[in-house]
Amino acid sequence: MGATQIIFWILSIVAVFSAIMVITRKNPVYSVLYLIITFFAISGHYVLMNAQFLAIVNIIVYAGAILVLFLFVLMLMNLNKESEPKKNKFMLWASAFAGGLLLYVLLAAVHTAHIENVKGIHVGNIGLVSELGKALFTTYVVPFEITSILFLSAMVGAVVIGKKD
Amino acid sequence: MPINYYIFLAIILFCIGVTGVLTRRNAIIIFMCIELMLNSVNLLLVAFSKMHHARALAAGAANTTAGIEAQLFVFFIMVVAAAEVAVGLAIIVMMYRNTHSVDINFLNRLKN
Amino acid sequence: MLLSLFTDWAFLLEKLTLVVAVVSIGLVVAMYSTWAERKVAGALQDRPGPNRAGWFGLLQPFADAIKLFSKEDIIPSKSNKILFVLGPGLAMLAAVMTSAVIPWGDKIVIAGREITLQVSDLDLGVLYVFAVVAMGVYGVMIGGWASNNKFSLLAAIRGASQNISYELAMGLSLIALLFLTGTLSLKGIVVGQQENGWNILYQPLGFLLFLVCAFAECNRTPFDLPEAENELNFGYHQEYSSMKLGFYLFAEYINMFMSSVLMATLYFGGYDIPFFNEAASTLNPTILGLLGFGALMTKTVLFILFFMWVRWTIPRFRYDQLMDLGWKKLLPLALINMLITAVVVLVKEYGWPW
Repeated sequence: MGATQIIFWILSIVAVFSAIMVITRKNPVYSVLYLIITFFAISGHYVLMNAQFLAIVNIIVYAGAILVLFLFVLMLMNLNKESEPKKNKFMLWASAFAGGLLLYVLLAAVHTAHIENVKGIHVGNIGLVSELGKALFTTYVVPFEITSILFLSAMVGAVVIGKKD
Repeated sequence: MPINYYIFLAIILFCIGVTGVLTRRNAIIIFMCIELMLNSVNLLLVAFSKMHHARALAAGAANTTAGIEAQLFVFFIMVVAAAEVAVGLAIIVMMYRNTHSVDINFLNRLKN
Repeated sequence: MLLSLFTDWAFLLEKLTLVVAVVSIGLVVAMYSTWAERKVAGALQDRPGPNRAGWFGLLQPFADAIKLFSKEDIIPSKSNKILFVLGPGLAMLAAVMTSAVIPWGDKIVIAGREITLQVSDLDLGVLYVFAVVAMGVYGVMIGGWASNNKFSLLAAIRGASQNISYELAMGLSLIALLFLTGTLSLKGIVVGQQENGWNILYQPLGFLLFLVCAFAECNRTPFDLPEAENELNFGYHQEYSSMKLGFYLFAEYINMFMSSVLMATLYFGGYDIPFFNEAASTLNPTILGLLGFGALMTKTVLFILFFMWVRWTIPRFRYDQLMDLGWKKLLPLALINMLITAVVVLVKEYGWPW
């Protein structure tokens, strides 16, 4: 097993483990912290695939902005107590079963599908910032501008909704 | 690593996210699970992008940018996710202010 | 790339040595910053400052360390123990991690082997710095929340929102700089400055904005609201004692050091020696590299002294003034700066369109 494989397995195990912790922890603050670990592991996967720009943007956007926002809301609401509402045991098991079933179906479907085994997934430099920047600001400049408008409207929307009146 | 491994990993993460959405009733945790699902899809997109790129390279095309679309797609997904979180959390805060709870089952007022 | 890391042991050893050296330099500088801070405060207030422990009080940091280590380490009984310990660690980690991408010098030659004085020349050095700065918020928030104290929590949220607000203006002021340099690699930025002159000449407003934001990011006066002990409260580290408190305070000094290095690197030529053409010099590359390192350190120390000078000169902002400054003044200024720079760069490249 090469170094890449070892790192892949470590990152995958960390990602899956902390993802499971996210949905099983009672305390929402723990969930957020485990989610941060998951995102770091996914960023590690991006680095492994030589998609450096996305790796760092993933950390800046998700871990640095989105999850801080989650933490803010949780801390300001003081939801840190074990505030998960009581739930029907049957419903819990049924939904867990449904999720597991989905996993089974998807895995089974992909397992039997013919997937071409491409060598060298870690080579190439399309993940570097210069290549992505060129494509983003030439071919995809219109979607880029549209996302900025989307951001603006989201910002206005958040302010309007969150305003006390 | 073969592409299958990434597909399996993404599926597992996605299903964990789905299970979380189904089992939890705390709106914020449901929201976090949605983020997890988005992230697993991002991972899959990057893996496919690299797969296409590797195939184009193997076909002998030097200086190709095949597969770069998927990475830009991931970039846009992140942008949309950020916007979505801003609005979504504002909605959750609003809901908390009105019902003093983040339990989504309190939101069935329109039912009757 | 990764595979070579595991096969090339000499490379691994070189990088490890570099990491250890860089981190220890950071720690030592931060340690003596505490001493220098008191000396500067003493000088500004017309008193001698620490002068008991050793010559000129030079052993004062060690005395402080012994004091902090030997104090009782209290963990509040209702606190969240794991996170309570994790908080200071995260703050320290985020403070030290920036050093990985900073070019500390050009290169030195040891036994015929060229050693670049930079742990990793990332393509996205500046973005990496942003990621690490964004991580710095967690140390504050987790520590404040885990203390299970309302005042700590409020101070943590206050501090985190300050960090987030000023991160924005900082990013925008840096984007204008990146228009000029055309690269995200810090090494590339320094090399560009060696050729075209320091960036401060082209981006004076950008530098000013970056400076103010760096003050806010380091929680230094006039932005030290998270720890405004005499008017608000002691801050997010209210419940901390002993070396955990020491970690938080120490992380602040390391942050100060790192932001000084960053300012020197981004706007003041980094390891470029002023009025001296490195490329044309015939000096031994090792000596040149060490001289460059000395130049960077000199600039850094000057910035640290500036930080301290400001701390003992300017009074603290009120919280609404702080947010006003960040959102209503710095952010628009940074946007205008960015716009003007973009127009100038475009006109320079493509000529006047009319």
